[in-house]
Amino acid sequence: MSGPRHAPPSSAPLPPVLLPPAPLPPVQAGSGAAGAALARAPRLLPAMAGLAAWAGATALAGTAHAADAISGAVQRQPLNWPAIVMFFLFVLLTLGITYRAARQSRSAADFYAAGGGITAWQNSLAIAGDYMSAASFLGISALVFTSGFDGLIYSIGFLVGWPIVLFLIAERLRNLGKFTFADVASFRLAQTPIRILSAVGTLVVVAFYLIAQMVGAGKLIQLLFGMEYLHAVVIVGVLMIVYVAFGGMKATTWVQIIKACLLLGGATFMALAVLWHFGFSPEAMFASAVATHPRGDSIMRPGNLVADPVSAISLGLALMFGTAGLPHILMRFFTVSNAQAARKSVFYATGFIAYFYILTFIIGFGAVSFLMNDPTYYNVGADGLYNKLTGLIGGTNMAAVHLANAVGGSLFLGFISAVAFATILAVVAGLTLSGASAVSHDLYASVFARGRTTEASEVRLSKISAVVIGLVAIWLGYIFENMNVAFMVGLAFAVAASCNFPVLLMSILWGGTTTMGALLGGLCGLVSAVVMVVLSKAVWVDTFHHPAALFPYDNPALFSMPIAFVGIWLFSKLDTSRRAKLEQAAFDAQFVRSETGIGAATAHQH
Amino acid sequence: MAQQSTAFRGANPAGPTAASVAPPADARDGDPATADAVTQRILHSPSFQELVRTRTRFAWTMSGIMLAIYLGFIFLVAFAQGVLAVKVGTTTSLGIVLGVVVILAAFALTGIYVQRANGRFDELTRRVRQEAGR
Repeated sequence: MSGPRHAPPSSAPLPPVLLPPAPLPPVQAGSGAAGAALARAPRLLPAMAGLAAWAGATALAGTAHAADAISGAVQRQPLNWPAIVMFFLFVLLTLGITYRAARQSRSAADFYAAGGGITAWQNSLAIAGDYMSAASFLGISALVFTSGFDGLIYSIGFLVGWPIVLFLIAERLRNLGKFTFADVASFRLAQTPIRILSAVGTLVVVAFYLIAQMVGAGKLIQLLFGMEYLHAVVIVGVLMIVYVAFGGMKATTWVQIIKACLLLGGATFMALAVLWHFGFSPEAMFASAVATHPRGDSIMRPGNLVADPVSAISLGLALMFGTAGLPHILMRFFTVSNAQAARKSVFYATGFIAYFYILTFIIGFGAVSFLMNDPTYYNVGADGLYNKLTGLIGGTNMAAVHLANAVGGSLFLGFISAVAFATILAVVAGLTLSGASAVSHDLYASVFARGRTTEASEVRLSKISAVVIGLVAIWLGYIFENMNVAFMVGLAFAVAASCNFPVLLMSILWGGTTTMGALLGGLCGLVSAVVMVVLSKAVWVDTFHHPAALFPYDNPALFSMPIAFVGIWLFSKLDTSRRAKLEQAAFDAQFVRSETGIGAATAHQH
Repeated sequence: MAQQSTAFRGANPAGPTAASVAPPADARDGDPATADAVTQRILHSPSFQELVRTRTRFAWTMSGIMLAIYLGFIFLVAFAQGVLAVKVGTTTSLGIVLGVVVILAAFALTGIYVQRANGRFDELTRRVRQEAGR
């Protein structure tokens, strides 16, 4: 099966590129274009149907690219030994760290927050690591590869949430909470309903994010390592269970830090190699890309990807405020020793992420110059033609991986493949930990046991939850193998922006918020976000195959966020019970603590 | 440790009652009335009010700037694509330059905030804490 041999529907049809009349190696009947390409580039990986819009950035695009999301079986590859050896070393190292962490982890504070002993630098790398998923590395560079400038729009959207997190959330979260953001949202409100709502918000975000990551991991590893899909999914699942259940936050954080360093190092090398080729002149790099790219100069300006302004703004809001509601990110503010360290870690993390996105931008443009005129990276048809945009072997998302081969040879290709695997592993471990914390700390300890439990049994339940979440993730990865999961990361961000973020922000900043307001408003945001995504093109048309979408935009945040905020305000105003009065009166004490940290619990052990 | 964690959760394990809702558990000074008095004293102290006033204004201003920069960029993308296509070099377009500027601005704004918070705001917070006797 070769990739779709046409340009994305949103663009003007592009003529396939005519190759020089070099004789093509004989193509075996049935193997098609993939066989030809494989014969020419034995190191590279033969074709598959579109991995094109696997998760992440491209998923959020939800337009042309989402249409050819993981839509068919991936052809298994020969084993990639350098990648396997390097990945094995990574696993050994991280398991060693997990073993040490497990021996030191005793208390709940150790398990959920690494005992508060993470420094600002370490935490910033871990935050950046949680954010620099394989999807954003491969997805954004692929987006730049196909659309140029448009890729930048996504990078920026992902980044600008961070200042908002810092200015409005980080410090107050740190002062009010202990392990999870539910600690904060339920500070002066009724524990049971608010903890349940927060846990549901967390688990929904974690579930969608995890499914997208697991399916993407299976496909990617199949492609890069030559393993079977199910084996890949099981390896990811088992390793993440081991990290989280035995090593808790400490091991998860270190896995994240190591991977962030490897990824930043690898991406830096690629970007430098590209810039070096052009004498460190971005101008020369852009000129070469424009000369090579079939869309020519249009890659230097906004294209059709964001033709619809409402979708663009809605997506922008989801990216910006979703960041401030992602449970696995919010948890990281409790791993440092004080508010000052929490602030610094956001600052450094913003720097790392900004740097990383600039690198992916260079990598995307470099891929245009290095790959597009080289047929060995493409599925070449029997007529000697190939599509420069969609014909890339392994799909458009492989642009960065092919570039690794082009600038660093097969060994570096192996390194980048191993880093991509490590990246997935680190991100799913962070997600699993935050899911497990929602179950044990929010649901079990506060709702079912109502505070009458011991720390030891709470931690034990976390570990059990981590195992269960891991097994469920393997199972979901298995059953979603051939389904369109591209919309799921977008959905996770939309839910985070429309449920978790409004509840958190309003309970911290507005004294009038009551339990009823937060609960009903948060539910309105959650339900409206999910319903609008289900009725949008990505699910209603592409998954359920209905003829037309009932919700016309790609992302619901522009509508679901106001619904949540107005809902919280309205239901709080309507709530005139005695309990509501008490909750509003309790705001003074919460306010003092959120602003000054007086009385704040520390995760740090004394 | 177990004690601390129970105390924290104990803020209102079974929903609010007068005693559990009033003060945050860890700020409790024996009985709720004292804690409430402490809260009120801090709330009305000039240092606290200065801290809250300056930091709130600063944080919202910074958020407003970030939002304005970002939405300004998105509105250009959505409604004024011609502006972004203007060449600033032979090939490089204004759009790419502005995009990189937005990325750098996000980083710079966080830096400015952290600088101010770790200096002036922390100083004010220390004063509030001292005055509150903590």
